[in-house]
Amino acid sequence: MTSPATRFPLAFRLLHWLMAICILAMLFIGVGMVSTVSEMRTWLIDLHKPLGILILCLAAIRLCIRLAYPAPALPADLPIPQRMAAHLSHLLLYVLMFALPIIGWAMLSAGGYPVQLFGTFVLPPIAPIDGPLFTFLRQAHTVLAMTLFAIILAHLGAALFHAWVRRDGVWQAMTLGHGQRRLPTSSTGYAP
Amino acid sequence: MTRLTLPVALRLLAIGGVLLVLSAVFAIAAGWLPPHRLRAATIVDALEAHDGRHPGFRRAHAKGLCIEGSFSSNGNGALLSKAGIFAKSDSPVIGRFSTGGGQPYAADGRLAFRSLALSLTQADGEQWRMALDDTPIFPVATPQAFVDFQRATTPDPKTGKPDPALVDTYMAEHPETRAFVRWQQDTPLSTSFANETFYSINAFRFIDDTGKTWMVRWSFEPETPFEAIDKATLGARPANFLFDDVIARLTRNPLRWHLIVTIAEPGDPTDDATTVWPANRNRVDVGTLAIDRALTEENGDCRSITFDPLILPSGIAPSDDPLLPARSGAYASSLARRDGEHGKPSALADDPEARRARP
Repeated sequence: MTSPATRFPLAFRLLHWLMAICILAMLFIGVGMVSTVSEMRTWLIDLHKPLGILILCLAAIRLCIRLAYPAPALPADLPIPQRMAAHLSHLLLYVLMFALPIIGWAMLSAGGYPVQLFGTFVLPPIAPIDGPLFTFLRQAHTVLAMTLFAIILAHLGAALFHAWVRRDGVWQAMTLGHGQRRLPTSSTGYAP
Repeated sequence: MTRLTLPVALRLLAIGGVLLVLSAVFAIAAGWLPPHRLRAATIVDALEAHDGRHPGFRRAHAKGLCIEGSFSSNGNGALLSKAGIFAKSDSPVIGRFSTGGGQPYAADGRLAFRSLALSLTQADGEQWRMALDDTPIFPVATPQAFVDFQRATTPDPKTGKPDPALVDTYMAEHPETRAFVRWQQDTPLSTSFANETFYSINAFRFIDDTGKTWMVRWSFEPETPFEAIDKATLGARPANFLFDDVIARLTRNPLRWHLIVTIAEPGDPTDDATTVWPANRNRVDVGTLAIDRALTEENGDCRSITFDPLILPSGIAPSDDPLLPARSGAYASSLARRDGEHGKPSALADDPEARRARP
């Protein structure tokens, strides 16, 4: 079996893939709901709000696990620019996982919109009703959502590069199967 | 550093392919690729083109006055909807009287919508918002027709008037708009906001505590007796006569309206705001709205919220009327635009009579 240092804990890996699905769905729902005034708009907004709060809760659990269990080390031969890109993108992913739902919640609060999740369950406002604040948060929500999608693309591209080109075990650190972390060898086709 | 062999090139290509597919799906979801979708921004753009851009003001119903009061439920509504607002109780209300159009300094003496917008807050914090007009019907049935109507009637910069050919073409395709205009011309107009009936325009669903759904429209009917204005003298009235009148009335007494819920029968259209339901439909008086205070927009709370008709408490839900999501989206788009601008807060801020409406 794998040693604890080479893979993330199982709960963390499960959470990663669950959140990957939720966040991608959320981004698609978000751009979809603002693109139309058909009845899809209402339906998607009613999905967007509770899903956003779910992601915020999952992000909090995930951060706790991440802080409790250190991440497996990156391969020793990974060039420094790639190493820095990895750390920076992971930091941004964490920041955005928290920032987007909180900004969305604050934006609705500032616009005087009740944050109704389902049935009669309404979240309290976390910002005062304030016009310029609403406009600012709405723009921030859009820009940061686009940024998040761009970082997810880079993250996925880098992960697949590890899986298919470098074959250095970084991909297996996050997969759900019993993937044995492969040691980097010179036969990977990607020679340092 | 990288030794690019054929298998590696293929794998890099595969990675690029995955990212491209994901980006394409994103672009499709966002409506960046054809077919064309009607966006909220398109509606607001059409309004701005029609009436000009007036920074800081609502893009429709730009001229308005904040109001405050309460709604007293008599308990009858609880038979139709489980919404907390219908329990026998009083709920605080903020709202706004406004006149139609996107020009904040337009004179009140014209044939335009007169509107009452309300936000009712239940004891549990849930809100019911609505934007009602003084006509039981709307000139268009769909968001696309709304945009087409705005475009067809947008003044030509050269003449300052809409191009009659465009108007005729539009009207020929939209008998419902023609019928609305005729209705507006033929129906007596009241002298005041105070003696006006305001209508929900769209149909909604009421859900009672057994889960049964009732298709409804509603109206606010004034206690102040109706009095017709001579339409021939409209143009000679003072610019703010409607707002000055209601401010003056509110300094003397509260104004009251009865919330009348009209229940549809099977076959009554719920997705077409251009048609009225037969006059013999059941009507239920569910409570009384009392407005007791007016405030100009720089002092009131009505300016920085939208009267989005889809902000509904549990027990009230949208119908299949396609105007509802469009109203919701366009109001949000207008809010985001005006809130980011530094405009004059109220068209009535410099009105001598309106000074009396300050706290």
